[in-house]
Amino acid sequence: MSSMKKLINSPESVVSDALAGLAAAHPGLTVDVERRIVRRAAHASTAGKVALVSGGGSGHEPLHAGFVGPGMLDAACAGEVFTSPVPDQMLAAAQAVDAGAGVLFLVKNYTGDVLNFQMAAELLEDEGIESRSVLINDDVAVEDSLYTAGRRGTGATLFAEKIAGALAERGADLAAVAGVAERVNATSRSFGIALGPCTTPAAGQPSFQLGEDEIEVGIGIHGEPGRRRAPMAPAAELAGLAVEAVCADLDFTGDAIALVNGMGASPLLELYVVYNEVQAALKSRGVSIVRNLVGNYVTSLDMPGFSVTLCRADADLVDLWDAPVNTPALRWGA
Amino acid sequence: MSDAHAGDAAGLEVGFFLDWIERTASAVAAEKERLTSLDAAIGDGDHGTNLDRGFTAARAALEAKPPEFPGAALVQVGTTLISSVGGASGPLYGTVFRRTGKALGEAESVSARELADAIAAGLAGVQKLGGASVGDKTMVDVFVPALDALLAGLADGASVDGAFGAAADVAESAARSTIPLRARKGRASYLGERSEGHEDPGAASAALLWRALAESVGGRAR
Repeated sequence: MSSMKKLINSPESVVSDALAGLAAAHPGLTVDVERRIVRRAAHASTAGKVALVSGGGSGHEPLHAGFVGPGMLDAACAGEVFTSPVPDQMLAAAQAVDAGAGVLFLVKNYTGDVLNFQMAAELLEDEGIESRSVLINDDVAVEDSLYTAGRRGTGATLFAEKIAGALAERGADLAAVAGVAERVNATSRSFGIALGPCTTPAAGQPSFQLGEDEIEVGIGIHGEPGRRRAPMAPAAELAGLAVEAVCADLDFTGDAIALVNGMGASPLLELYVVYNEVQAALKSRGVSIVRNLVGNYVTSLDMPGFSVTLCRADADLVDLWDAPVNTPALRWGA
Repeated sequence: MSDAHAGDAAGLEVGFFLDWIERTASAVAAEKERLTSLDAAIGDGDHGTNLDRGFTAARAALEAKPPEFPGAALVQVGTTLISSVGGASGPLYGTVFRRTGKALGEAESVSARELADAIAAGLAGVQKLGGASVGDKTMVDVFVPALDALLAGLADGASVDGAFGAAADVAESAARSTIPLRARKGRASYLGERSEGHEDPGAASAALLWRALAESVGGRAR
C-alpha cells in the first residue's frame, strides 16, 4: 500500500527534526532535541516565578512548544506523535525551569499523560521541588462517567496556559496560579467535528475511513473517530452543532472568550466562515464574544475540521488574557 | 523423567528472566503490525510501535548492564519501559515489571509459586495505577484470568510447564474475549459503543507476554 505523502525525512525522525527546526527558527527558545524539552532561552529573568510546564504527544502543534515563552509556559515536553512524553522528560524540564516558587504541571486528561505526569510529580517531590498538577478536561463530546477515561483535554489547554501563565508572570504563588488554571478549566467547554481522518507519519494510512458525504462528530485530537458519524452539512449547521453541544453543557450567557480552532488541514478561509456562524449562533443565545482566536492552535496533524472552545469571561480573566505574551504561536502586547 | 512439580523449587534464575524478556521482545517485534492495527481501530494506532520501542530499549539496557538477580532484571525492564514508551502503556507495563521485580526481592533463584505471587503484586500495582477492573477492555482482562489459571495449576499439583502453558492459553482466549466488550478505560473509552467488536490492543500484547513466559518455562534448562 502506498503511504500518504508527508514533508518528512523519515517517520522515526519527524519529532526530532521538527524540534531542531523549532530551535533554528526561534532563538528565544532553548531546545534539547535529544531529550525533547523546549524551554525559554532567557530563563534567568524568572527568579521567584512559578514555573509552568506542560507537554504531550506531538502532532498538536503549535501546542505545546509553540506556547513556550514570556507570559505563557516555561517549558514543554514533546512525546512521540500522539504519545505522552515520559516522566524523565517532565522531571528534567521541571528541574531546569524551577525558580524556587514551585512547578505547575498543566496536563491534558488522557490516560497516558495523566500517568506519566503523576510519576514525574512523585519523582520531583523526591527532589524536594513542590509541584501541583491541573488536569484539563473540556471536551463535552465525552461523557464524563465511570465508563470512560473522562473528558479529553483540548482547546481549553491553550486558555489555561495563557491565563495561568500571565498570573505566574505577575508573581502569584503556586496555589493561586493552579487555582486560576482550575477555574479556566471549570468554566471552559469544547466540541470538535472532523471532515476527514488524519494520518500519522508512522502509520502512513488514514486513521479512519469516511464516505464522501460523511463527517465525524465529537472528535478528539488524536485522529480517533468521533462519537457518531453524520452527513456533511453547510458550515452554519456544523457551527450550530458545536455551539449547541458546548452551550448545552454549561451556561455561557454573558461574556466569553472563544477559540475557533482548526484541526490542521482546514484553511483559514473556512475557519473564518465557521467563526462567523459561531458568533452569530452565540449572539442569538445571549453570549457575547469579548476575545477570540481563529486559527490552528490545538491540532490533530493533517485532519480537516474544527473545534469550538468557550471560556466564561470575567474582568479578571480578560485582564490576564490581555497581558503580554511572546511565544512562537501567540504574541501580543510584548 | 517427569516435569518438576509445583511443590518443587523450580529454581528460576536470572537467565530464565532474560530469556522471558528476549522472547517477549521478539514476539512484540513480530506482532508489531497486528498490535498497531488493533490500536488503529479503537485507539490511535501506535501500540505495536511504542511497545517495540520499549522492549528494544529494555533488551539493550539488560545487555548494557546485566542484572545480578531476577528481581533486578524485572525492575530494570520496568524502569526502561517507563522511560522509553510514553503514553499509557509505558507506565502500565513498566509498573507490572517493576512491582513484580520488587516483589521478587534479591533472591537469586525463585520458585514458580514465588513468581506467580510476584506477578500478583505486579497486577495489583497496575490496577492501582490505572484503576481498571475485569471487563473494562484492558490488559487487566488478560492478567487476572491468566494469573488465576497459573495459581490454580500450581496449587493442583500440575506440572510447572503445564500450569504456565494453561495460563498462556487462558491469556490468549481472554484477549479474544475483549472483542465484544465496550471500553471503559483509556482512549478506546471515548468511542463508547463503537469500541465494541474490536480486540483490545493492550489485552493482545498482554497475551504475548504470557505466551513468552510459558515458552521460557517450557524451554528452560533442567
